[in-house]
Amino acid sequence: MADRHLEPDTPELRERWGGFTWTPEWESKAKAAIARYPDGRQKSAVMALLDFAQRQVGQETGTQGWLPLPVMEFIARSLDMPVIRVLEVATFYTMYNLVPVGKFHVQVCGTTPCMLRGSDDILETCAKRGMKKGHTTDDGLWTLTEVECMGNCATAPMVQINDDNFEDLTAQRIEYVLDELAAGNKPKAGTQEPGRHTSEPLGGPTTLKEMVTENHDYRGGR
Amino acid sequence: MPKVTVDGTELEVPAGATILQACELAGKEIPRFCYHERLSIAGNCRMCLVEVAPGPPKPQASCALPAAEGQTIRTNSEMVQKAREGVMEFLLINHPLDCPICDQGGECDLQDQSLNYGRGATRYDENKRAVTEKHMGPLIKTAMTRCIHCTRCVRFSEEIAGVDEIGALYRGENMQITTYLEQAAKHEMSANVIDLCPVGALTSRPYAFEARPWELKKTLSIDISDACGANIRVDSRGREVLRVLPRVNDDVNEEWISDKARYMCEGLTRRRLDQPWIRKGGKLQPATWEEAFAAIKRINPGENIAALAGDTLDCETMFAAKKLVAALGSTMLEGRQTGMDYDTSSMAAVNFNSGLAGIEAADAILIVGSHVRWEAPLVNVRLRKAVKRGAKVFLIGPDWETTFGGEFLGDDLSLLGNLPGHVADALKSAERPAIIVGGGAIAKGAIPPALALAAQYNLVRDGWNGFNVLHLAAARMGGLMLGFAQKGGLADIVAAKPKMVISLAADEVDYTKFADSMIVYVGHHGDAGAHAADIILPAAAYTEKAGTYVNTEGRVQFAEKAVFAPGDAREDWTILRAMADALGVEVGFDRFEELRAAMIAEVSALGVEGLADYGNVLPDGNAAPVSVVIGYPVKDFYLTNSICRASATMQRCSAELIDRDEIAEAAE
Repeated sequence: MADRHLEPDTPELRERWGGFTWTPEWESKAKAAIARYPDGRQKSAVMALLDFAQRQVGQETGTQGWLPLPVMEFIARSLDMPVIRVLEVATFYTMYNLVPVGKFHVQVCGTTPCMLRGSDDILETCAKRGMKKGHTTDDGLWTLTEVECMGNCATAPMVQINDDNFEDLTAQRIEYVLDELAAGNKPKAGTQEPGRHTSEPLGGPTTLKEMVTENHDYRGGR
Repeated sequence: MPKVTVDGTELEVPAGATILQACELAGKEIPRFCYHERLSIAGNCRMCLVEVAPGPPKPQASCALPAAEGQTIRTNSEMVQKAREGVMEFLLINHPLDCPICDQGGECDLQDQSLNYGRGATRYDENKRAVTEKHMGPLIKTAMTRCIHCTRCVRFSEEIAGVDEIGALYRGENMQITTYLEQAAKHEMSANVIDLCPVGALTSRPYAFEARPWELKKTLSIDISDACGANIRVDSRGREVLRVLPRVNDDVNEEWISDKARYMCEGLTRRRLDQPWIRKGGKLQPATWEEAFAAIKRINPGENIAALAGDTLDCETMFAAKKLVAALGSTMLEGRQTGMDYDTSSMAAVNFNSGLAGIEAADAILIVGSHVRWEAPLVNVRLRKAVKRGAKVFLIGPDWETTFGGEFLGDDLSLLGNLPGHVADALKSAERPAIIVGGGAIAKGAIPPALALAAQYNLVRDGWNGFNVLHLAAARMGGLMLGFAQKGGLADIVAAKPKMVISLAADEVDYTKFADSMIVYVGHHGDAGAHAADIILPAAAYTEKAGTYVNTEGRVQFAEKAVFAPGDAREDWTILRAMADALGVEVGFDRFEELRAAMIAEVSALGVEGLADYGNVLPDGNAAPVSVVIGYPVKDFYLTNSICRASATMQRCSAELIDRDEIAEAAE
């Protein structure tokens, strides 16, 4: 996992993000998130609000978004909670970006199942395209992070790019996905294996075969 | 009342007790890092593992497991020993082996417990974790690589101090304890996290590399920085006080002390008066004791003498001065240096009757003219506890940042006679309503209208006395019990134009009013009082004399002498005794024991440790409150008496934590 750190608190950062407020679109979502919790428990909405803020920052910067300190302070104010508590949440969860990222945040899973199925090739392919772990490429397009298990071991190896997972990858397939993204297209998310829909076994079911066509009762002849 | 068996001993424990508490009741010591009696349970250090049956066949964290009927607990089985050794090994994986240069050495929980549970050698040959040091202000020194993530400091600042400023960022191995953007911890109790830290991650910055705990002489004493009378332990080496730590006293300070109480001891070695001085030709010149007493003899004030008591005095000094003044035929005694002249005929009317611990039980509290955080941080902790239990708090006075919420009603004293409807309702419907009258309000004459309010809302009822006066001076209650109060306050003494004024470390008095008097200053610091003096007699500070102190709730407490006064300075009572000889009168004591006995003979309550009984009967307060804006007497928390004004640490705190904004502006 990349070494996480906070973006330094500089006058430039304050100037750029000090005036952060919700756009109407995100404001209504934030209100809805806060309204889910009873009075006096508004701070339970902190995770949702951090996500919304990250996405709004992403829209404003044309990237996947991140959380500048003034934005976290804004959320602390709007939920009436100490800013250190917001910071604790934001630093704990790795899906909150603490530093600016590129347009595409490429998170390559490097845990054992993915590694055994070839995640090293994926990382190598990314490296060939100029990506470096924990860094954003100079064109601002790619940020590469190696992450731990994302729970797609059945379709390993996998990569998460922004909100989508790309699974059953090979070096060629990740090349294709990255090319498509760079070209501004939207490649199909999920498994890249032809003929596979989700994580079902290749070549048809191997167990519970009778269930494919009807609701079979396995309890025997009763 | 569940019945449990601990290592074969059967005992009954209170309902709701945890297994750890049950083991302690059985006399078993359970090692722990994260668990602390006064903080919420975190259960994250895992050091307190025990074996519990019935239950899963694995060790259990005893601090977070409730004791239940019929449990069999084993604290010394092989499984427990092995489990704790395992936990200890994990804790030590990332803990540096820098005990020889660590200030916690010798009083470190980790060090102590590794003696019992540590392995002789490490099996870990990877790199250790290293964490950058964090700035936490002028009082707390950090070495965060040593941190074992017990989160006691986080829980303290959130739960006790009420200022959420310390947090745990990141997670897992990367977890780091820090303040937001490494800002200084900005509250009055912040340094207590140093005591709470079980390892050397948070240590005392001013005390860094000063001494080892085993070199220090420990003396039990009483804090004089405010009127709460916190119980402290003075650690000294040779003639120097090196540090002050809190003692546990649930009735007074629990186990906290304010930062001022902890760090003003540094001022005991600076700006000290260590020889007599006499003003000659408008300039203070060094002198000997003989010359000083000869000069006093020449003044020969007769009955034209007054004594002014400072805010930090012990009762013995005040009593000795009273005897001296009385022997000369005068009764001019005053301790309220700023000219307050409230009626002192009933001590119950000037006392914190609910008690420091008792105020926690109040369910509606009206605070009049008290910046509690600065005037009595320990009371602030209690108020926070009361609010957590559901108390409503209303405040009259200028706004300040409370740690317990509360509603500011305005800063006009006349509100006292004309409370808004919801406040009146809250006080009326409360079971244990209370009022706290602070120094700012007393100065504006708030006691009589507050007494009227107490009668109106029936604040004194069966088993409850909700009338409280919160003083600022450690010497105040003792002074009032000894009669250091004129009817007209300081103005009476000014009007009498005494020939000689004995100023007992009275640094807050406006001495320009005493232009015609000879001022004999008996004190320990070259502060405001000494500047105005004609003769300076060097005396002992609070750590340098035994004494009796009475805190704002009327609790009589005794302090012991930790070190000797510097240079030619002497204990105050001996100076006053010698002054009696110089002036040719008899005061009736030659030894400290005789002085104390005479004092107890006159005011018997001063001889018994514990709450003095002032009765529950409040006098009538008939005056309607005048319309006047309340101000707070404490302008700077860190610089309230001559000792802390002399302390470089307190000055730095004042500059960094209070005036910081102004300084930043000036620099721009």
